[in-house]
Amino acid sequence: MKLTLPKMLQIAVTFVTCAFLLVPTLQSVLAGVTVNYFKGVSSGLTLKWIGRVWELYADSIFLSIWLAIACLVCTLIIGVPAAYGLARRPGWVSRVLEEFISLPLAIPGLALALALLQLYGSMKGFRTSWTFILAGHVLYTLPFMVRSVLAVLSVIDLKTLEEGAASLGAGPWRRFCDIVVPNAMPGILAGALTVVTLSIGEFNLTWMLHTPYLKTLPVGLADSYASMRLEVASAYTLVFFVIIVPLLMAMQWASNRAQRIAQ
Amino acid sequence: MTLTLKSVSKTYPDGTVALQPTELHVEPGEIVSLLGPSGCGKTTLLRIIAGLETPNAGSEVRFGDDDVTNMPVEHRKVGMVFQSYALFPNMSVKGNIAYGLKMQKLGRDAIEERVTEVIRLCQLEPYVDRRITALSGGQRQRVALARAFAPRPRILLLDEPLSALDAALRVTLREELAGLLRRFNITALFVTHDQDEAMAIADKVAVMSHGKVVQTGTPEELYRNPKTSFVAGFVGHAMQLEGQVRGSVLEMSGGRLELPRAGDDCDVYVRAEDVALDEAGPLKATVESSTFLGTHYRVGLSGLGARTIFANHAGQKSPALGSQVRVAMHPSALMLLPREDDRS
Ligand SMILES: Nc1ncnc2c1ncn2[C@@H]1O[C@H](COP(=O)(O)OP(=O)(O)OP(=O)(O)O)[C@@H](O)[C@H]1O
Ligand SMILES: [Mg+2]
Repeated sequence: MKLTLPKMLQIAVTFVTCAFLLVPTLQSVLAGVTVNYFKGVSSGLTLKWIGRVWELYADSIFLSIWLAIACLVCTLIIGVPAAYGLARRPGWVSRVLEEFISLPLAIPGLALALALLQLYGSMKGFRTSWTFILAGHVLYTLPFMVRSVLAVLSVIDLKTLEEGAASLGAGPWRRFCDIVVPNAMPGILAGALTVVTLSIGEFNLTWMLHTPYLKTLPVGLADSYASMRLEVASAYTLVFFVIIVPLLMAMQWASNRAQRIAQ
Repeated sequence: MTLTLKSVSKTYPDGTVALQPTELHVEPGEIVSLLGPSGCGKTTLLRIIAGLETPNAGSEVRFGDDDVTNMPVEHRKVGMVFQSYALFPNMSVKGNIAYGLKMQKLGRDAIEERVTEVIRLCQLEPYVDRRITALSGGQRQRVALARAFAPRPRILLLDEPLSALDAALRVTLREELAGLLRRFNITALFVTHDQDEAMAIADKVAVMSHGKVVQTGTPEELYRNPKTSFVAGFVGHAMQLEGQVRGSVLEMSGGRLELPRAGDDCDVYVRAEDVALDEAGPLKATVESSTFLGTHYRVGLSGLGARTIFANHAGQKSPALGSQVRVAMHPSALMLLPREDDRS
């Protein structure tokens, strides 16, 4: 392959763009493991800050993971049947419903949180429990689950497949379990990963809904930036990366698979 | 099991009358074909029998002594082969075939035994563990048949089982399907719009037109004794001879033709294989076209009426285009059918 001028320019631009994105990331990660950020890497490397993050924010990490799992369970239980219902009865009513479910996508998280606070803020037990944040997360992530499952379901001839199963003696519940869910699996998987990733990374809404005793990972991150040494905050970012990057990669893989099926 | 339909009709919610009150009776073990042009209501009728569509009030569907009119699909014990096969892509060939047996809550051994039996019957051994997506059209068709047949249904319903295949394969699989259905020894009803297919597979054919069964009979009966011009035209492509019927003679523009009986108020029909090019024939015609079809020539003749009449000519040589020929039709081959004002 010959390196022509345009080709070299292309490579250079790509390289610069990557560097622009990667250098701050690397710097931040590096800051999290240096002894003293202001003296630079020459001051030595340490895992002390990561230890500090664990001490201070382990609860946040567990809360976030717990919330993500609970949120996933809720969106699965609500979202998959909802997508199935929409796919089985195409028509303008379904269209309107689909748009309605998707509304939280267009509304800023802050507005959503405000609405939740206005409506349920006075219910003390609910307001101060983790389920309050969960409600916000479910509201926010549900459209992703519904759309992802719907995309897969709407390309397979669900009606005829179900009629086939029914003629073989399968009742509605069996058809849902044996035919609908397995065939929607790529969409469910892609949706699930999106939901988990979004729930773990969600900040806007959670910031409004959280209480001092219920800080999620991103809220803790903001808190550490505001009140801790820069090294601790950077170490926090590192921890965040370690949790979120594998999820992002899995999500990419799953959505590729779902797309291949949809073709 | 006998299948009996009593005044079964269907009007779709949008007002389409897909089926006018229809009677049908199928004897146990009989293979019956529903034959008719596109849109005449064949699929609708089949789906009503399967329980996938609710007929209008007053309709009655009986399986033997069992009135199943209001029974949902999953309890009817019918085997259905869909036009698109509707095989489950999330299961292997074996999984598909075993599904109906699992729904009957049979034991593992019983399922295994029956699946093996059906797979052998349908010659699917090499594909047992394949994914559905890795099968050819013909193989899918056999899997669909095996899946429908495995749970020992009371009746097998097939909706254009061969139409998803290309033309050459369709002819081969037609014979195969006929053989399989006979070996299954089961009551079967199958839908087609192809008269050759109906003739090749069925014991009895029910010809449908505009949401009605217009005639039922063996393929021979329908071919030799059509009751209406629609059946004559649809089964075996009968052509109408134009002219004036006077007593037992048809006066055509090409000459006078002897009829088997007096037929005032009748139209006269004939099939291409009964039109002979014969020196001594009573009719004069001009050769307009000639197509070589291997076993015979299909010769288009003008001058016998406004429309071209075709003759299947089995000679070694085709007559020259534009030449005058004489044509004969044996009276016994002519079909006199009541004139219809509304011909379809
Ligand atoms: N779900 C439906 N709603 C409204 N009308 C319908 C519906 N299904 C079928 N029809 C109409 O009912 C009539 C009969 O349809 P049907 O599918 O039974 O025909 P068919 O004989 O199977 O035709 P083909 O050979 O093309 O499959 C048609 O005019 C069709 O447009
Ligand atoms: Mg049809």
